[in-house]
Amino acid sequence: MATSFGSQLSALRGRRRERWRDLSPMRKREARFGLLFISPWIVGVLLFSLFPFVASFLLSFTRYNIVQPPEWIGTEHYVHIFTDDPLFLKSLRNTAVYVGGSVAIRIVLGFALALLLNAKVRLLGLWRTLFYLPSVVPIVALSVIWLYVLNARAGLLNSFLYAIGLPRFRWFADPDIAMIGYLIMSTTWVGVTMVIFLAGLQGIPEEYYDAAKIDGANVFQRLLRVTIPLMTPTIYLNILINIINAFQVFTQIFIMTDGQGGPRDATRTYVLHLFDHAFQYLPPQMGYSSALAWILFMIIFFFTAVIVTTSQRWVFYQGGENGA
Amino acid sequence: MMDQSLGETSFLQRDPVFRLTRIAGRILLYGLLIGMSLWFLAPLFWMFMSSFMPLDQVGVFPVQWIPRVWMPENFTEALKFWNFGTTFRNTMLITVFSLIGDIGSCTVVAYGFARFRFPFRDTLFLILLATLMLPFAVRLIPVYAAYDAIGWIDTFYPLIVPNFFGNAFYIFICRQFFLGIPQDLLDAAKIDGASEVRIFTQVMIPLAKPAIVVIAILSFQNSWNDFLGPLIYLKDPDLHTLAIGLYKFTSLPGQGGIYNQQMAASTMMVLPVLIVFFLFQKQFIQGANISGLKG
Repeated sequence: MATSFGSQLSALRGRRRERWRDLSPMRKREARFGLLFISPWIVGVLLFSLFPFVASFLLSFTRYNIVQPPEWIGTEHYVHIFTDDPLFLKSLRNTAVYVGGSVAIRIVLGFALALLLNAKVRLLGLWRTLFYLPSVVPIVALSVIWLYVLNARAGLLNSFLYAIGLPRFRWFADPDIAMIGYLIMSTTWVGVTMVIFLAGLQGIPEEYYDAAKIDGANVFQRLLRVTIPLMTPTIYLNILINIINAFQVFTQIFIMTDGQGGPRDATRTYVLHLFDHAFQYLPPQMGYSSALAWILFMIIFFFTAVIVTTSQRWVFYQGGENGA
Repeated sequence: MMDQSLGETSFLQRDPVFRLTRIAGRILLYGLLIGMSLWFLAPLFWMFMSSFMPLDQVGVFPVQWIPRVWMPENFTEALKFWNFGTTFRNTMLITVFSLIGDIGSCTVVAYGFARFRFPFRDTLFLILLATLMLPFAVRLIPVYAAYDAIGWIDTFYPLIVPNFFGNAFYIFICRQFFLGIPQDLLDAAKIDGASEVRIFTQVMIPLAKPAIVVIAILSFQNSWNDFLGPLIYLKDPDLHTLAIGLYKFTSLPGQGGIYNQQMAASTMMVLPVLIVFFLFQKQFIQGANISGLKG
């Protein structure tokens, strides 16, 4: 999606002059049909994106508990968040650990697995299905399963560590490693990025490798000079999508810690903190929660902007064409 | 790697050292693949096996894989506390109506974006892409307050109705597909005097079946697996979905230790998804691909 921003923008410039009154009757008819067809989305985007976007911004400057009308208090929530809410910084740090760790796992492990499957293996379809399978399991069921995978006394992971001679860990009780447990759990979804990378790898023409071979490039040189550069558009898009999603991690931690983000807030993520204020506090602090939501939006926006702008330096498009 | 076109390779293939390293490489490759499969599948396999185990066997260290005695009654016991029938029916209801809404609205909207020229079309499409970036947390509170104001809390409407107004991602998938259908086909239909609506329903929709199947699967997964939506909108236990039912079952006070029954309940929730997955594997993988490949 993001890679086509450039081409979309240039198309936009060419069309700017097109005004309704300049259109021929034929084109007016066409335009009316087009608008008719997209009208459900127009209503939807106003109701479910624009309205909440603006409303949550306004609500972030109010005290609001849903029962009584919002009361304007200016920037009080923001001041409180930045000066007097230790859990804000803590949840942000926990989230940062999850974003960094899980995105790295999904990209690096996903790419490595895709490379393995692209090495002309037998039963390719079977392996791909097996690796992808865990990602389709409903997250509630996965959370219930992983409660016991990470169980300190008799869990699967500790049994595995014990079997290979490593120490066992108290995944849910030790604040220093609690987040690592969720990072290990995030390997469950590696199959998604693997499938995407594999499709990308299969699209690289064999001639490129032949040419590199004739030039005397070994396996690693081919990987670094041919495969990875050609894959950068896919890597870029997946880093972007995964970062946006990882910042919003919530469900598995909510279920596995019963909404507490324990032990001692060591796994309280940003959205969990926000959810707490809106839906678990009595009376609900919807205004405060909205302020937290807007800060999250700004953070995600910042990261997206940085990645999109720096992408021009490292993302390589075939034939120099900017847009996939 | 196996190109016979390059003479040096076929020469090398006869070299014993080359063949040995090649065989070693293959063994390493398949070893890694088997190891990774075990890593991915072990939790699911254990869920299935432990759902038949007696309770004391679940807590044994190191973990045991085969039930000492097979206890299908774990499932019937779980069903006593966990209202599977009601939650299953509710989940089906939400899933089916959401699916209808998603397919209906997204094909129509995508067709509008793909096949008609109108002022600000590209700006609007950019806005559509931008909404994909908006965190759900930003929408959550105003939308919840609005549903509360119109009395939709404790109804299925908040989980179904939005799907009738198009999902940005599904629209994107469908538009890409429509753009790939040759214009000649439409022109031919137009010359035959077909109306715009007829062209859409009788020419485009049948052609778009592959894209529609992908959207249907994504929509099914979305509704079936949704946790946060039902959690905040459905408080009445009679309206709970499978996801909420399973969560409540595992966090029941005093029921914390019945791992085997909880695994039986998880198995019951996972099985329908796995069946759908095995029936439509290709489309699942296509769905994943479209989300991450197309620029």
